[in-house]
Amino acid sequence: MSSDTNTLDVSVWRGDAAGGKFESFQVPCQESQTILDIVVWIQQKIDPSLAYRYACRVGMCGSCAMTVNGQARWTCRTHVQKVARGNRIEIAPLRNLPVIKDLATDMDPFFAKWVEAEGVFHPTLTRDDDIARVNPSDRRRIEADAAIECINCAVCYASCDTVQGNPDYLGPAALNRAWTLVNDVKDGKRSGILDAVSQEGGCHNCHSQGSCAKFCPNELSPITSIAGLKRETMKSFFGRR
Amino acid sequence: MLTLRLFMLQRVTALIMAPLVLGHLALMVYAIRGGLSTGAILSRTQGSLPWALFYGTFVVAVSVHAAIGVRVIAAEALKMRGLLLNVLSLALCAFLLFAGLRAVLSVTML
Repeated sequence: MSSDTNTLDVSVWRGDAAGGKFESFQVPCQESQTILDIVVWIQQKIDPSLAYRYACRVGMCGSCAMTVNGQARWTCRTHVQKVARGNRIEIAPLRNLPVIKDLATDMDPFFAKWVEAEGVFHPTLTRDDDIARVNPSDRRRIEADAAIECINCAVCYASCDTVQGNPDYLGPAALNRAWTLVNDVKDGKRSGILDAVSQEGGCHNCHSQGSCAKFCPNELSPITSIAGLKRETMKSFFGRR
Repeated sequence: MLTLRLFMLQRVTALIMAPLVLGHLALMVYAIRGGLSTGAILSRTQGSLPWALFYGTFVVAVSVHAAIGVRVIAAEALKMRGLLLNVLSLALCAFLLFAGLRAVLSVTML
């Protein structure tokens, strides 16, 4: 631990898919400093070869998530003073995703599962049709609205122990997205989505541990969405028989 | 590794087991507090179709429910997949059915 309270002891994971180890850096403390500020400072002042990913810096793009002191977080909105243990910070890539280099993970499996869960809009109208009227106080619209602010940061996916134990599991984000479409009156593939989330890696593998809701930086509740999918698939199971 | 079909099988068997477990517990309390001997219990169960159905249903529900639960643990903790996972699940289900139904028959057959 640094004896200087104006300096942070930062351990950053360095390596690639083949393996790696933590490397220590001394980083000066600053007012309102975020974890992303630390990573940027190291890359700009000490080691330009440090690989990481970010874009908007304001918690909208969902690209800068990393594991900070053992917990998945959006680094651009995570203040150092909130998470530092003493003056120590440990920064690692997200769990449950392949590492490309250092702090940058390969997001392909994450987004492939969105497609696998039919988490894509299935339009029913053409540009020649009138705009669909959506009643904001409709029960299904309220359910969709509650889940729709996902920024695809993969914090829930990295925090999910079921994903860790079962790599085929679609994960909280893809299922949360599927739930918004199941409740979207404009979407034309409701039964197809319910079929997609009922396969081998589907929503029924969720153990309801709730890490997704606990760690979601946007305070969404994917576990509630997954419970909704379980409920609707059960109804369709009996409905077909 | 849990499809909707397996998920529903596990939930339905849980629903079946719940009242049967309560019935079994009530029976245990009655038998022990009443001081029934082994012979007295067997005289009531042997040749009884209702008791054979009660515990037979319980055994079938347990065998299916437990096999699916162990299947998930084997897949997540032991990384079992494919044929091996299916064989383990079916073998456990068959073993529980065999052992359980054998026990039920031994106390309900004349």
